[in-house]
Amino acid sequence: MGQLSGPTDPTADAHWEHQQPRKGFFTDTSVCIGCKACEVACKEWNHNPRDGNLELLGSSYDNTGSLGASTWRHVAFIEQGQDRITEARESGRALVNLGMPRIGPPGAAATAGPDLAQVDTTPPDTADFRWLMSSDVCKHCTHAGCLDVCPTGALFRTEFGTVVVQDDVCNGCGTCVAGCPFGVIERRSDGMVAVAAQREEQHAEHAAVPNAGVAQKCTLCYDRLVADETPACAKACPTTSIKFGNHDDMVETARERVAGLHAQGLTEARLYGANELDGVGGTGSVFLLLDEPEVYGLPPDPRVPTADLPRMYRRAGMAVAGMVAAAAVAFLGGRA
Amino acid sequence: MTHSEFDSFRPPEPTRRRRPAGKRGTGRRDSGDGSREMPMVPEPEFTSYYGRPVVKPAPWGDEVAAYLFLGGVAAGSALLGLGGQLTRRPTLRRNARLSALTAVSLGAVALVKDLGRPERFLNMLRTIKVTSPMSVGSWILSAFSVGAAVPAVAEIDRMSGARLPLGPLRTVLQTVEGPAGFGAAFFAGPLAAYTAVLLGDTATPTWNAAHEELPFVFVSSAALASAGLAMITTPVHEAGPARNLAILGVVGDVVAMRVMEHRMDPVAAEPLHQGKAGAMLKWSERLAAAGGLGTLLGGRNRAVAAASGLALLAASALTRFGVFEAGQSSARDPRYTIEPQKNRLAARRAAGITGDSITTAR
Repeated sequence: MGQLSGPTDPTADAHWEHQQPRKGFFTDTSVCIGCKACEVACKEWNHNPRDGNLELLGSSYDNTGSLGASTWRHVAFIEQGQDRITEARESGRALVNLGMPRIGPPGAAATAGPDLAQVDTTPPDTADFRWLMSSDVCKHCTHAGCLDVCPTGALFRTEFGTVVVQDDVCNGCGTCVAGCPFGVIERRSDGMVAVAAQREEQHAEHAAVPNAGVAQKCTLCYDRLVADETPACAKACPTTSIKFGNHDDMVETARERVAGLHAQGLTEARLYGANELDGVGGTGSVFLLLDEPEVYGLPPDPRVPTADLPRMYRRAGMAVAGMVAAAAVAFLGGRA
Repeated sequence: MTHSEFDSFRPPEPTRRRRPAGKRGTGRRDSGDGSREMPMVPEPEFTSYYGRPVVKPAPWGDEVAAYLFLGGVAAGSALLGLGGQLTRRPTLRRNARLSALTAVSLGAVALVKDLGRPERFLNMLRTIKVTSPMSVGSWILSAFSVGAAVPAVAEIDRMSGARLPLGPLRTVLQTVEGPAGFGAAFFAGPLAAYTAVLLGDTATPTWNAAHEELPFVFVSSAALASAGLAMITTPVHEAGPARNLAILGVVGDVVAMRVMEHRMDPVAAEPLHQGKAGAMLKWSERLAAAGGLGTLLGGRNRAVAAASGLALLAASALTRFGVFEAGQSSARDPRYTIEPQKNRLAARRAAGITGDSITTAR
């Protein structure tokens, strides 16, 4: 049993024969234009069936809704007015002034960032509203809740440090769905048909749904990685909002980018998942956000449930002892 | 602004709330000029992404809740069966052994039925994974089932006057039935408690917040349910230990539930008091109390004992379904994920711990 929480290198922990550097995404939402090319590229490459009934959700330009068994990239869309922008700027500035986190030696970290208390936060050229767009994806956590609780071993850690489902092993027990603190993995259960290749086919025999009843999520294009290719979404992204590479480089790029935005006075910029001391040991997919995470539908303080598992087992052990003692007392005690 | 012949069918626009200094486009609630979409989801007080859930509820149906109940009944029955075996209460022993096998079989069928790919249920035993309560539980369930089946088959053989076509295996069966009863009793406690770890070890807010006390609730519920079943099936002169166990179970259940609700995050505890789950848990406590009182005051009367037993079984089932439903509804509402997380993050920051947030400025 490996480590259940705290900083670690999942690629090394997986003990692969041929070790590779950990791969990951850096999704820079400040340059996302919401074109959804990543969603389309992902569906096409991975042969994911359509989910939902092509209905409009009626809340924004986002009609995908959320990540799911057949949606491994999801572009969020949020429109905000002046007061929400101001709030985001203030919360971002508070984050900087909190001096968090101090990664590396405290002395070096303290001098790394500019003090933003005095920065003029008048938007350079922003109007009084803004659109936030963000392409969400599986986080490929250092401590993956889904992977830890999988009873069959269908979920595994690849040599690239990513988390992938073996769909011929998974028996669809659904434990991983509840185990993910980000709500990413899902059991493909619906009877939605695959998109027909030709118009005539649409009303004819429906194509079978691949892997129905089995947990499904982003594989970080495992099949492309082993061939030394870039994942489909990153390849398709026209603005380089989705960057792909070695995890360490991605975190480095993200830090440079957020520092650059801060220097421009955009205090609302912040990183999500770049801290290896957080509840999931840092994520493989790092994000640059322009508001609080919950605005994008991301949990503000996720914690992998397995981190508390040793304690849960101890409590369960105490409960078992209590039950056996109660049974013993019931037979040995009086009143019978 | 465009005009079309369909404009007359539009619902009346809400009057626009003017902001000071006449700024426009101030948020999703303000759709006064009609050029923007009307938000379909009313904006909640906390921030979320259009009120959509953050975590996904487990894709589990009522079968899993039923298994929580049946597994508990089986576990308690195995303990009563061993007690009957050791204290020479043949009727209690026989009934408890048969109850254990019946309950665990039904529970296992319910579990397999709930799988996305039921034909692959044997993959559960493909590996042993300590980090997965489901894997540990599958092994506990398998071991328990073997331990419960052997003595139950021996009882059936005795009841049928040795008519089962066992041949020379009959002597083997009679030799191992005693040790197998010990085996079942050994795995009974883990069988009753692991389901609490299974629920606690999820990102489902209410279950996760309850992980400290849930094992105690579940073993108490298992004890009172199995004791209730024994009080129904077994005549009063042999059911004394079952009555004792029922009373201990009721006390444990009510106390553990109260302590759990008190020690949980207050926001994450809300689903335990609301809607269907709230009603089920309220009735569960009432029925447990009624069953316990009935056992204490009139347990030596066969009719009162059976009625109390029935109340206890119902109480246990309602506890399991209530806790199950509360967790599922907590996962469907983003509030129960976001608010407790924001609160604990703020509390850590207030305490000066600023290095462990997932959101960072650099």
